[in-house]
Amino acid sequence: MENPVMNTTLTYREALKQGIREALQNDKDVFLMGEDVGRYGGAFAVSKGLLQEFGEERIMDVPLSESGFVGAGIGAALAGMKPIVEVMTVNFSLLAMDQIVNNAATLQHMSGGQLHVPLVIRMGCGISKQLGAQHSHSWEPFYAHIPGLVVLSAGTHEDARGMLRLALLSPDPVVLFEYTGMLNLEKEVAVDSDILDISKAKVLKKGKDITIITYGIGVYKCLDAAAELATVGIDAEVIDLRVLRPLDEFTFLASVAKTHRAIIVEDAWRSVSVSSEVSARIMEKTFYDLDAPVLRLCGIEVPIPYPAHLEEAAVPQIQDIVNAVKKMIHHD
Amino acid sequence: MIEFLMPSLGADMEDGTLIEWKKRTGDSVKRGDIIAEVETQKGLIEIEVFDEGIIEKLLIEEGTKVPVGTVLALIDPIEVSLETKKEKPIELHPIQEKTTEGITQEAEREIHIKASPLAKKMAEDHHIALFQIKGSGFDGAITKEDVEHVIAQRDVIDKEKTVIETEKTVASSEAIRAAIAAAMSKSNREIPHYYLEKKIDLTKALTWLQEANEQRKVQSRLLPVVLFIKAIAKTLLDFPDLNAIWDNGLKPKKDINIGFVVALHNGGIMVPAIHQADLKTVDEIMQTLNDIIPRARAMKLRSSELSDGTITLTSMGDGGADAVFGVIYPPQVAIIGFGSISEQPFAENGMLGVRSVVNATLAGDHRATDGLTGSQFLNLLARNLQKPESL
Amino acid sequence: MLQSDIKTVQINEKKGLLLLYQMLLIRRFEEKAAEQYSKAKIRGFLHLYIGEEAVAVGVIQALNDDDNVLATYREHGHALARGIDADVIMAEMYGKLEGCSRGRGGSMHLFDISKNFFGGNAIVCGHLPIAVGMALASKKQKKTNITCCFFGEGAAAEGEFHEALNLAALWKVPVLFVCENNLYAMGTALKYSHAMTDIEKKGTTYGIESAAVDGMDLRAVIEAANKAVKKVRSEEKPYLLVCNTYRFRAHSMFDAELYREKTEVDEWKKRDPIPQYQQFLLQKGWISESEIELMEQKIEHKIQMAVDFAEAGTWEPLEQLTKFIYSEK
Repeated sequence: MENPVMNTTLTYREALKQGIREALQNDKDVFLMGEDVGRYGGAFAVSKGLLQEFGEERIMDVPLSESGFVGAGIGAALAGMKPIVEVMTVNFSLLAMDQIVNNAATLQHMSGGQLHVPLVIRMGCGISKQLGAQHSHSWEPFYAHIPGLVVLSAGTHEDARGMLRLALLSPDPVVLFEYTGMLNLEKEVAVDSDILDISKAKVLKKGKDITIITYGIGVYKCLDAAAELATVGIDAEVIDLRVLRPLDEFTFLASVAKTHRAIIVEDAWRSVSVSSEVSARIMEKTFYDLDAPVLRLCGIEVPIPYPAHLEEAAVPQIQDIVNAVKKMIHHD
Repeated sequence: MIEFLMPSLGADMEDGTLIEWKKRTGDSVKRGDIIAEVETQKGLIEIEVFDEGIIEKLLIEEGTKVPVGTVLALIDPIEVSLETKKEKPIELHPIQEKTTEGITQEAEREIHIKASPLAKKMAEDHHIALFQIKGSGFDGAITKEDVEHVIAQRDVIDKEKTVIETEKTVASSEAIRAAIAAAMSKSNREIPHYYLEKKIDLTKALTWLQEANEQRKVQSRLLPVVLFIKAIAKTLLDFPDLNAIWDNGLKPKKDINIGFVVALHNGGIMVPAIHQADLKTVDEIMQTLNDIIPRARAMKLRSSELSDGTITLTSMGDGGADAVFGVIYPPQVAIIGFGSISEQPFAENGMLGVRSVVNATLAGDHRATDGLTGSQFLNLLARNLQKPESL
Repeated sequence: MLQSDIKTVQINEKKGLLLLYQMLLIRRFEEKAAEQYSKAKIRGFLHLYIGEEAVAVGVIQALNDDDNVLATYREHGHALARGIDADVIMAEMYGKLEGCSRGRGGSMHLFDISKNFFGGNAIVCGHLPIAVGMALASKKQKKTNITCCFFGEGAAAEGEFHEALNLAALWKVPVLFVCENNLYAMGTALKYSHAMTDIEKKGTTYGIESAAVDGMDLRAVIEAANKAVKKVRSEEKPYLLVCNTYRFRAHSMFDAELYREKTEVDEWKKRDPIPQYQQFLLQKGWISESEIELMEQKIEHKIQMAVDFAEAGTWEPLEQLTKFIYSEK
């Protein structure tokens, strides 16, 4: 902000597109394949114009064969290419779960280290706007469960733009979650800021009273909540996990050791969630630093309903976060 | 029915004499109330109750000595209604089994107190029982802030409490005799002593003392023993193995707390500790002696003063024996003795002269150290006493 | 069904003997594997290739060294035919560090990247999309190698089969699909799992040139495979070759074979590919009975060496348990 010349305003969609374009420009072995990524311009217009810019060889429309084209991506990666496979949304990715779990995540191990699968699978995730139960899932925890996968969550514009390039450098399969609900969201981003690391969580706001741990669509909500909490004198630290596997526990454990309180916020269902894991690690490793029980603020365990008011109530909102934190600190 | 037991206040406490009941049958008691006074080897101690209820029966008469764990009184817990009590007398047995030891009783009670892990740990570190803390967290759980609050309060209370304790702690001469007997028998039974003696020229020290005292008011003048104490403390810095206790092995102590033997007028001794003598100036040591000697003789010592010693000094003073070979006060591992100061012919640089001389001795625990250590200690002690100005 | 025409078979004496050696090696290796399994030296699932040797040997001889091969969990034969040493295969089945997958894979997951041998894939049909992707990469990178993917007729009922064939045809990638139709998906006969039992017709539906061949006849397989590989390589498009064959042994070691009659097995054994092919070589005068006997002895020795190698192998240290989850940087 001190130097406005260096900043630019971007939508999340534009940030994603910049990331893809940059990846295609940097490496001729990189290509994008997915449903409607070419002629249609991407189901969410993320890849609009890229077909014209890079041609059919690099921007491949694929039929509705999630298992088929994700498997083909794995094969291409085994054979030396760097495919970016777009699965339109996480909801459809279950059709490719066999390929992702049984093949991508497993081949290195069962070949005794001979095979590597440098593949990036991007998928839209989370609630958008009243898309109902089969188009609104937050299934990061499914993938975060699988050893062998690197699971990233782009909760900020900076990561939407920068994570893909680094993900393509990974010798191992990466599942990259993007958030369709944020596509039109505008944020100011540094023009040439470049993220350097996709192995660590990030402290987005420092604070001393409580640690708010989140990822994905929760990130901006938690930052807004922290801003509101500051007005009542609560200094919250906000951590974006960014990497859901392998989890960077060091960052949040260090924070909790400092603040003595933790709340974890995510849209995914509470049971067996990312927050379950984070919470458990806090208990296991910083138990004696805790001054209050760890709290999880997660999605209500219901398929996401269609009506707007129910949809909104099904996942944590800014005010829910504010209230939960206030309750933890003031006990009211 | 809750059984109120003779508490174990220390690992080495085996029994106690119930001196006075502070509550009577039919009185209601709550957690933290003082229920009785018990005489122990360490003096008179007020004992508190950890239950709430009405005293059903006092089982032990005042003046009776009983082993730790003896049921002293029965308390009818307040929560139990009369009906329940009549219907289910058998269910009380498990409680009896559980409460055979006071410590266990307390520990179990704390399980039911909600406290954050951090608060629990802090309370433990500061030796604060959780029941003493009021919780302000979720469901009344004790939080970090609550513990910090209690710590701050305690620092104030501690100061007041010491004064009260000073007034109250009185031990009978029989108890003292018994305590000495027990400690010295234990020492003789368990500690293989070795003895060393060193003649020390005190001429310089006494000259310095005389000059120093000329500038002091009468009431703050220094006694030779102050120099002994200070010199021992300074010398111990180089001999950590002598400033130690023996507890299944040698455990050197950080603080140098010199137990100083005070003879009582009616027989018996008290050994109050001069805390951190190495950090005190000679004037501060003198002040301490002026404080504790009269209190020791009045048997008004604090328990910390009686239990914190890490080594003992016994000094004969004027007109006493020429040398004293002490018996180590367990679990300490050494005792230093100073005989009376006397004028003696003393050879130095081939010349014979008359000097003020004292016989310093060291009795050491042979399990902990050997004669060489003790000998080196006495040599350095002698050298340190030649430089009184730097003590 | 494509009729094999002996006259067009392109094999000379040297290669002819090599192929017999490979088939015999597979047969004896599998017999030894069964023995070692019974002794509990080999555990897990063990699927034997006995009876189907002509398919792997006949197809793989048509491939170049830089072509990719993907197989199923019944892949010992393919691995041997591809030239992976019996030693490291046996050691792999023992679970030893010296195995071709460092013991991490076992019988169902043989890998050897130096032979471009990509498993050992045990999710039925899971490797077909991968094969398409590998062929896609060859095309994109303008390489001349092709990808050969073996699977059973059971896989043809999976959705991934149809996705993979469609993608391969759509993208026109150089992949040879080889369906080993041994008539049983575990214990379910072809007629109970497919409405249309001519698997090759499923290929043509996607616009893929397809053929079926007698998989018990090595020379027929050779001819069909040579033709198929030539098409795939030269025309850069997929091909489906269905080899009708039969496994003489049970599906895996723990199988009571309730689903088929002994007489059916006996009928198929009369068509055993090995005696058939030996007969051909004897008639040609390329080999004598005593030379076959000599070959058998050589193979027996080689397999004993493989067992010794596996026995002498080492167990991977426990500290390495979590290796090969993520690449070491």
